[in-house]
Amino acid sequence: MNTEFINVEPDRIIDESQKLKFAGYHLIQQCATRVPDAYELIYTFGKDLEMKNIKMTLPETQEISSITSIYPCAFVYENEMHDLFGVQIKMINIDFEGKLYRTAIKTPFK
Amino acid sequence: MSTRSVIPFGPQHPVLPEPIHLDLVMEDEKVVEAIPSIGFIHRGLEKLVDKKDFNEMVYVAERICGICSLGHGLGYSEAVEHIMDIDVPARAKYLRTIWSELSRIHSHLLWLGLLADAFGFESLYMECWRLREEALDMFEASTGGRVIFSVMKIGGVRRDVSDEMLKDFYGRINRMEEQLKTICKPFLNDIAVQSRLRGVGVLTPEQADALGCAGPFLRASGIVRDIRTTGYCAYGDVDFEPIVSNDGDSYARTECRIKEIFQAFDIIRQCIDRMPAGDIDVPVKGMPNGDYVMRIEQPRGEAIYYVKANGSKFIDRMRVRTPTFANLPGLVETLKGCDLADVPILVLTIDPCISCTER
Repeated sequence: MNTEFINVEPDRIIDESQKLKFAGYHLIQQCATRVPDAYELIYTFGKDLEMKNIKMTLPETQEISSITSIYPCAFVYENEMHDLFGVQIKMINIDFEGKLYRTAIKTPFK
Repeated sequence: MSTRSVIPFGPQHPVLPEPIHLDLVMEDEKVVEAIPSIGFIHRGLEKLVDKKDFNEMVYVAERICGICSLGHGLGYSEAVEHIMDIDVPARAKYLRTIWSELSRIHSHLLWLGLLADAFGFESLYMECWRLREEALDMFEASTGGRVIFSVMKIGGVRRDVSDEMLKDFYGRINRMEEQLKTICKPFLNDIAVQSRLRGVGVLTPEQADALGCAGPFLRASGIVRDIRTTGYCAYGDVDFEPIVSNDGDSYARTECRIKEIFQAFDIIRQCIDRMPAGDIDVPVKGMPNGDYVMRIEQPRGEAIYYVKANGSKFIDRMRVRTPTFANLPGLVETLKGCDLADVPILVLTIDPCISCTER
């Protein structure tokens, strides 16, 4: 029994996040997984005990928009994805520019 | 006009058991902004999926943290069990619930001790930790470990607990409850303690929800969200209501955690009363293939375990989102406008676990 994921194109993430925000969902987590030549991004939103998971495949060279303008708390997850995986995220509100984690190797999970 | 200055707080500070750094932007004695910085103890445990198979990863998950270790093993195991459609025996579910609540008791007592130490009540600190030893003794008797238990496995648990031991636990829980009734009085009634906690670091329900906070930090702001009510393990079989407070300040967070300890005693008693007979595990056949997002209620709040498996013995990804990581934006918000002297107490009131946060 696997979790049901909603597949979304990366350039639709702002619209999808706004819809969820207006519907009363809060951000639970964002994470990245390395797949060949790309990243698989999972964004999890919750409302009461309900959970929605958005899945996106982001090509390695492509940028994705930050959702910190909609969910300010996303800055910790987005900085983590950037620091550990090298996911390129534009317009993060509170951008640590690679300095949230102090890692011996740059983007060790890439 | 006040002059702004930046005061570095941490990573080494008497109130911090683990390293986190905050840049506090001050106007005189008031904090106007706080910028967190982590990464001092990042170990990259999630990367070990390349080297450890999906069964061994249970023990890696347990080693994320020395306080929430049982919960991490449980969350990861439940995620893999969902992917593999494994139906865990009822007795294993009840044992998992008892150990989870013992974890909550020892975690909250540890935190209460640290809080007492932070505001200078050293004998109270020792009393809290003395009582916590009782919970650790029960862990040692039933699992063989006091910090890392290695009792969780995919498909159930590794050790059964005899009826005699469960009866003994019942008595110990009752004695602990009586002692806690005495110990919690200074936290809830002492005027000096109240002056440090009441009205300090208030987080409104709207802020707590919007900032994605979790656990007692969230529920102290009046939001009723406890992942145990989803009914994982044996939580669907026991009677309990989420503990909520409405003031949203440091006192409310303390009150929530104290009430949760009493609730944990009650849940353990219910589990012992209703403990089913039977097996404690089922054989696991095949390899996991698929992905699952599991959520459990750790002592510090909701923890998320994302597992992506590919049909081989090595999984592609294990991601753990810990409650402290989710509570960092909330902490930054509560620090705005507080006095410099309140910063240590406020950092403590989210019950920070940096080992969990950094993994």
